[in-house]
Amino acid sequence: MTRFLIRRLAILLPTLLFVSIIIFGLQQLLPGDPAIAMAGEERDPQAIADIRAKYNLDKPIWVQYGLWISGILQGDFGESIRIQLPVSQLLLEKLPVTIELAFLSMLIALLIGIPAGVISALHNGRWPDYVANVIGLWGLSTPNFWLGIMMILLFSVHLGWLPASGYVSPTEDLWGNLQAMIMPAFVLGTGIAAVFMRHTRSAMLQVMASDYIRTARAKGLYERVVIGKHAFRNAAVPVITLGALEFGQLLSGAVLTEQIFSIPGFGKLIVDAVFNRDYAVVQGVVLCTATAYILLNLLADIAYFLVNPRLRT
Amino acid sequence: MMRKTAFAALAAVMVLGAGTASAQTLKFGLAEDPDALDPTLARTFVSRLVFSALCDKLVDIDPNLKVVPQLATEWSWSADNKALTMKLRPNVTFHDGEKFDAEAVKYNIERHKTMQGSQRRGELSAVTTVDVVDPLTVRLNTQAPFAPLLATLTDRAGMMISPKAGKALGDKFATAPVCAGPFKFVERVAQDRIIVEKYDGYWAKDNVHFSRIEFRPFIDATVRLANLRSGQLDFLERLSATDAASVQKDNKLKFASITEIGYYGITINIGKSDKSKTSALGSNAKIREAFELSLDRNGINKVVFDGLATPGNQWVAPNSAYYAKSMPVPKRDVAKAKALLKEAGNINPVVNLVTPTTTDASKIAQVVQAMAKEAGFDVRIQATEFATSLNMADKGDFEAYILAWSGRPDPDGNLYSFHGCKQPLNYSGLCNPALDEILNDSRLTTDIAQRQASWNKAAQIVLAERPIIYLLHRKWLYAHNAKLTGFKEYPDGLVRFAGMKM
Repeated sequence: MTRFLIRRLAILLPTLLFVSIIIFGLQQLLPGDPAIAMAGEERDPQAIADIRAKYNLDKPIWVQYGLWISGILQGDFGESIRIQLPVSQLLLEKLPVTIELAFLSMLIALLIGIPAGVISALHNGRWPDYVANVIGLWGLSTPNFWLGIMMILLFSVHLGWLPASGYVSPTEDLWGNLQAMIMPAFVLGTGIAAVFMRHTRSAMLQVMASDYIRTARAKGLYERVVIGKHAFRNAAVPVITLGALEFGQLLSGAVLTEQIFSIPGFGKLIVDAVFNRDYAVVQGVVLCTATAYILLNLLADIAYFLVNPRLRT
Repeated sequence: MMRKTAFAALAAVMVLGAGTASAQTLKFGLAEDPDALDPTLARTFVSRLVFSALCDKLVDIDPNLKVVPQLATEWSWSADNKALTMKLRPNVTFHDGEKFDAEAVKYNIERHKTMQGSQRRGELSAVTTVDVVDPLTVRLNTQAPFAPLLATLTDRAGMMISPKAGKALGDKFATAPVCAGPFKFVERVAQDRIIVEKYDGYWAKDNVHFSRIEFRPFIDATVRLANLRSGQLDFLERLSATDAASVQKDNKLKFASITEIGYYGITINIGKSDKSKTSALGSNAKIREAFELSLDRNGINKVVFDGLATPGNQWVAPNSAYYAKSMPVPKRDVAKAKALLKEAGNINPVVNLVTPTTTDASKIAQVVQAMAKEAGFDVRIQATEFATSLNMADKGDFEAYILAWSGRPDPDGNLYSFHGCKQPLNYSGLCNPALDEILNDSRLTTDIAQRQASWNKAAQIVLAERPIIYLLHRKWLYAHNAKLTGFKEYPDGLVRFAGMKM
């Protein structure tokens, strides 16, 4: 286990370095000049030249990369060209929001998806299975922006129960925060719940048909123990992988959902940054997300060890 | 059952906690997140909306675009029109308690002119020096007479920041702006909120009725409106034209609108690059005329803007005092367009139309394509993301380009940079010495009748050459809580918070 962890951590740095080169390189392929995009309507040539000089855009690309990466090693992610605030400040502001939204969405997805998958597998071919399938398909096929707007119209405009959108920090007002987050988390969570449900169902079906389940039942174990301890733990392995990937995706920001509910997370940040050619922000967000992805995969691997004793040898 | 009960309890608690904001707070919905909150560096419309609360200007405009006092109470031009002397309002302080005086004006104008990355340098390029005549009198000297200067000071170039804060924060001023407006800066969380609160030392504080304004960006117009309807917002800017009817019917809301000082038009490359020589539109004025005649501006207005824009053919709207009335909006005439194309010897010209991917521009392009087709034009829409399209325009890598301009109170701001030879916004590449002379003349005098005569002459040249085919002028559309009173529309689209109350 320790050797495995050390090995995984050792490849973390080169992976991140590779990711940073890719991010930097790909971004340069974007058409449009950040200085011109920033110079606004008036497009004063002197202002454009100033922006180029201030943000090193007039230097060769490898010099720009070198300056950026050496800044990051010292904790300086650069400055947003558009709003002229340090990127690290923006990341620190948005990261907790994105993590909270990801966490709540994941919670909703797990609470709906896993029980629905298990129930559906246990009642394979009967009505609970069909109901779970229909709900699952609905969750998968409903576009987030549509569901989001419908929920706003119902719960905010007509019923007036929840704020339509906007974000309240939990440190300021915990209830306000939950009120603001429940709809976006639900919208995101239902989509993922459907994926969980489908995967849990098929994994459970496979496991339930295996010999050791029959043995466990023959031993006279309670059905609760057979399902909970023997079947589900084995079926959980693919679901954990999936969970890590989905969580990683949530951390990269849920663009549409954040836009609709005006949640100031990574998704909104990166979309605005791409449109405004705010390179430093795009780079900062992508690097942050890539790191989160890699770490989550590592955590998923550790989780395998915990749920599946066979992997520990 | 347990779970159901728990959910109901959670929902009930959430409902109880909802909507307890103070009545003194104005919750204002913006269409996007503003850029840097520094008047020298800012370049977006939304940042100007926030500045309306934060930063007073030397002068302002009234709803008829007339220049009126704000931080300067009176002004006069020297006999040779090369110096603008302004008397400043006494007893004005910045939000940090510093005094506003002639030294502060000098500092601000010089900061606008010299700061790295300044977006105001071009606007103030005519100003050579600033003299402090006495603590409450300042004189702006120009190399040559420059009539648009006064109108320039009604916008960000005329906004005054506290010199003490400006010096202390340098290029980080946007993180904690200190001005002399009715509200002072409290905090900004990027993409989430900007909060300002009433400044008790404001010179006209009796006319400020809100204790706080919360600006929140909501990019999606439907969501912005949903927030207004549910009470999360009290006011929103840039209502979607398609929602205007439903807002008007809703007795809890109020609708307001005013024609902008900007325009939507199609810029044609007639000399910016070699592309103009190979393009049918760029190389032949008759084909350009035919193209304009093939378009029905009222039709575009109805389809794209639900009839809420004002069709126009000049850089100012037909209802503007500066409109050249002798040259009204031409009617659509497909037969004449066809005849002109025949005369030009090209009955099916191809037009590559660069179109930014914004909703309005895309819709305009589609309508233009369908209309021009009836006259024989083969319009090919080149949908291009906005920043890229600007780059293309700058390099002359286009034949025709749909572009909007937000407009300036002085018509010079809609005209000079676009049609003056080699000016920074002259994407069409028009270079006409006679026009340049007229445009320069219009800047020499402050007499509005003489300037209007110059603009009329300019209109004759521009409308015949068609470097830009002006299409229409949008309206600024607003919706607000019906309880809110005192809101007045201004053609610059900005909101004056003084006088508004709920």
